[in-house]
Formats: sequence, structure tokens, C-alpha cells
Amino acid sequence: MSGPAAVVYRTGESYAQRDVFGQTLLELVEEDPRVVVLDGDLANSTRSEIVAKARPDRFFMMGIAEQNMAGVAAGMATLGLIPWCVSFACFIANRDLDQLRVVVAQPRLNVKLAGGYSGLLTGKSGKTHQDVSDIATLRAMPNMIVIAPADAVEVAAAMRAANAHDGPVYVRLTRDASPTIFGPDYRFEIGRAVIVREGNDVTIISTGVQTIRALEAADLLAAEGIGAHVLHVPTVKPLDTDAVAAAAQRTGRVVTAEDHTIIGGLGAAVAETLGELAPTPMRRVGIRDTFGESAPNDELLEKYGLTPRHVAEAAREVLRAGDQERGAASRGRP
Amino acid sequence: MTATDLGEARLRELRQLAIENRRLILRAIHRAKAGHLGGPLSCTDMLIALYFEVLRIDPTRPRWEERDRFVLSKGHSSIALYAAMALRGYLPIDELFTFDAIDSRLQGHPDMTALPGLDMSTGSLGQGLSPGVGMALGARFLGKDFRTWVMVGDGDAQEGQIWEAAMVASRYDLDNLTAILDLNGLQQVGWPTEAGYTARARRPPLDQPRERWEAFGWQVLECDGHEIGAFIGACEEARRIRGRPGVIIAHTVKGKGISFMEGEHVWHAKPITDEELAIGLAELDAQEATLAEAVPG
Repeated sequence: MSGPAAVVYRTGESYAQRDVFGQTLLELVEEDPRVVVLDGDLANSTRSEIVAKARPDRFFMMGIAEQNMAGVAAGMATLGLIPWCVSFACFIANRDLDQLRVVVAQPRLNVKLAGGYSGLLTGKSGKTHQDVSDIATLRAMPNMIVIAPADAVEVAAAMRAANAHDGPVYVRLTRDASPTIFGPDYRFEIGRAVIVREGNDVTIISTGVQTIRALEAADLLAAEGIGAHVLHVPTVKPLDTDAVAAAAQRTGRVVTAEDHTIIGGLGAAVAETLGELAPTPMRRVGIRDTFGESAPNDELLEKYGLTPRHVAEAAREVLRAGDQERGAASRGRP
Repeated sequence: MTATDLGEARLRELRQLAIENRRLILRAIHRAKAGHLGGPLSCTDMLIALYFEVLRIDPTRPRWEERDRFVLSKGHSSIALYAAMALRGYLPIDELFTFDAIDSRLQGHPDMTALPGLDMSTGSLGQGLSPGVGMALGARFLGKDFRTWVMVGDGDAQEGQIWEAAMVASRYDLDNLTAILDLNGLQQVGWPTEAGYTARARRPPLDQPRERWEAFGWQVLECDGHEIGAFIGACEEARRIRGRPGVIIAHTVKGKGISFMEGEHVWHAKPITDEELAIGLAELDAQEATLAEAVPG
């Protein structure tokens, strides 16, 4: 198939994930005749309108009715099509949850779910539109793959991998611009975590755009002589348990970081894994069992404890506490 | 096509198959000691008509791409569908007695990953029409001429998603989609009448079904869902609708064919005792004898 050449995203440049999403969706439509796009009346926000304008024959408006959209996608998938359902994360992972369970995940139909505007940074729209538990919700669903890309390069690569995978995939996307950390040669693989910075003192395990902030935290720690090892986990399920265990064992101290509740998200997944494979002192940076609110991005990150400074502080804390816990263990006490 | 076009002999065969379907439902539920009866019995005549006359299908090729699609949105009536599919040759009749058993292909609610020939997994109510819309929309997109049929229950249609799907189906003028409303008038518990829950009577699950579907842009046909000839005639009429989706409102009786189950909401889902099975089978035998006596000459 001929189509538009895939856009190249330059390292260091900032791109909004939603723009990359819309562009990549159009590339997939042009490359793969099976791809169709279903939209829940948010095409201008999520940027699926790029497809609506360029290829209206492949774009199906489903209106403000997400439950039906999921079911329509399931029906189309039975015919060999690859429907991409596009909405905000808060609707994809909540409003049609039973539909995803019964007609998408249970029959393992080839439906792709794109949840834009995930986490706290939703353009001041507040708690109704901030999904802080979508990873937890969809990670718990059998047969569902959960991916949270960090930057433009990874959004494009993850979408291609999701499209090539036969089965349901949830791609967790964010609204606003973030810098590009991966180079043009980056190879994304579903289920594979990637070391984005090497260090020997403390391990930071993060997902989605929070990895950008984890890298900034590593810079803060480096200024204090602390070497942070940063493992980026784009696929929260299936989790790369070997990479998580190895990263934990490398430093013996772990901090997880995510724009998501610490209950059931990446931090929980890492804790479950380490609890079984490599018990390690750890701290979870994330939203602490609360909903968000309307506010500018930087103020939300500050109030809910997601800034690089918060991640770095958690690293210092686990370094201090790790020493105490190890001391207690060596004295034979709990 | 009308009932007379089909021919009395063929109609008698179909009525005979419907009696056999009811027999299999009773025996399978008796064996499983669990399951639904009222709903399966209300839609049995229509399922026999669909699987033996209406649907463009080939039981030897359950994944044939050009086949008509059928979705049972009221998935709890699965045993009636399994029995009709068994009679049609999709699975051995004996397999019906594995219903609800561990590792069976015949799950309590239809599981498309378990049994070839099921076009969609259903069971959580209100969810069947949307995949039907997707199949019809996808068929048009792919240039295929198969028809998609979705059987909806009147309780099933209390779920809002049915009406989301109904809205979108008419937005896309899906005249390759036909819904069949099994209007049996009862649901598991339902709303009480003014006399309360102590009386047998219940408020119907869905008021003014014709007006509802028409308001959503559907062409409405109505028939007696137990008159196989009339139902087949309605299906043929539905095939001729152009420019919008069609729905056949089929008036049925929950528990149809077994006197003590008819119109009794307690038989929505209830194990059947040895004695009740014997009475039910005897009633079906009597219906069969009456049907045989009606043969002219």
C-alpha cells in the first residue's frame, strides 16, 4: 500500500501524544486495509479527526454512546476488520467496561482501544475527565494488553505493534506535549521494558509520560551523587517481570512512578512481581487513592506529588529506609 | 413469502421440529439441574424458523464468510439456540446434555470461542444489538450481501445500550440488519402491578414497543412469534425493507408449549423435577399427536 510516509519524530523535540496518535492512525489506515476508526464524538480532541478528514470512508462516527461503540467494534472485528475505538481514557475504561469484558476481552476479538487524556493532565477538565485508575481496571481484565507510551516515537511504535497484535489492546495516551526521548532506531515490543538510564544506587521504574519526569528526577539525584537506574515499562500488562526483577536486584532499592493511582497500577504490578521474585524495599510515587481536580498541569503535578522532585525525594527516602530495613533484617528482626 | 407459499407439509415439519426443540430444552435443563426455561420456550418457534428456513447458513461451514449472522442478545436463552443448532446439524444432539458441564462447548451463555456457529458471545443483557450493528456496517464496508439478525428480549431491551445501538443503526440506514424482539411480556422479577407482587401479573418489561422502535427510525413489523409461517413471512418482508433497519416485534408467551410454565415468571430460570419433566414431555407428545392427526388424507 502506498500512503503518507511515516512521520519522523526528532529526539529532544516536544510533540503532543494526541497529534502523534492521529497521524499514526492515518498511517495505519493507509497501510492496512483492515483498519477502521470508531469515534465517540471526540475526534477533534483526540485527533482522530485527522482520519475523518483524510479518509472519511474509514471513519465511523459512533456518537456519544461508548457502550455501543465497543459492541460495534466487536461485531466489525468478527469480519476481520481492525477497529480502533477512540475516546478519552475515562470513558474507554469505565463507561463501556462491561462491553469490553463480554464482547471484546472474553472472545479476544481484535479491537484496539485508544484512551486519550489519561491521568491528571486533561486540559483543566477536572475529576470527571481524569482517569486515574484505567491501568488498574484494564490490567485486571483477562486477555487485555495495557500499553502506556512515553513519547512520540513510542506512541507511533506502540500503535503499530498494537495493530499487528491479534487481540484486544488498550493504548493509554496523554493530551499534551512532552519531549522525545527515544531515537528513530527505537524498537518497541509488546511486553518488553527498556532501560533508559543506567545507575547503581536506586532503581526507578516508571510508565507513560511519567518516565520523562523520572529521567528528570535521575538528573536531580545525579547532582547529589546518587546514580539512578531508570527502567521504562510501556507495557504494564503483560509485565516484563524479568526486567523488573533484574532492575530491582541491580540496586536493591526501587521507586515506581506513574500518573495513576498507586493502587492497582504500575507500582502495584511491580510490588506484586517483586514480592514473589525479588523482595526489595520500595516506594510508590503516584496518585494516593484520591480523585483529581481542574487546574493547570504544573499545579496538578505538584499537588498530587508527581513532579521530578517528588520522584527524587522518594528515591532518597527508600535509600534511607532501605539501609534501616536491611539493618533490621541483619539483626534478625522483622 | 407467506405461510401458504411455504406449503403446509413444510410448515408441519417445522412445527414438528419446534416440538422436538422443546423436548430437548426440557431434557437438557433437567439433566443440568440448572438453566432457563421460560425464555428458551418463548423463542423456540422463531429459532427453528430461522435455522431451517430464514438464515443463509451452511452447518458444515460454520465460518463461511458469506453466511447470514445471527446474534442472540437474550443470551440466557442459549439452550434453545443450541438445540436448534443441534437439530440443524451444527453439533451432535447428545452434546446438548453437556450443557453447563465443565469443559462443555455449551456454556450457560453463548461463547463464540467455544462453539463454531455462534457469531457473538452474549449473556450480559443489552449487548447483542451493537455487535449486530458492527456486522451490518462492516458488511456494507466490505461489500458483502449477508444479512445480520439479532434476537432481542423485552427485558434485554431495558438496557440503554440497545437504544444506543438502535440510534446508530438508523443513522447509518442499516437495511441489512433485522432485529427480532421476543416480546414474551415477562422478566426475572419485573415490576409489580397495583396489586403488588403477590399476584401473578406483572407490568410488561417494555411499554409501547412499536412506538419506541419507530421513534428510533426503525421500520416495525409485528407477528405472532409462535406462528412459524407468519414469522417467516415477516422475515421475508424484513429482507425487502430499504433505507432503514427493520424490527420484527414477535408476540410470544414465556414458557410456551408447557402448560404450567406459560406466563409464569417463576419459570424464567428454575430446575425442573422428574415429575415436571414427565408432565412436560407428555404434553409435547400430545402436541405431536395432534400435529400428526392434522395431516390431510
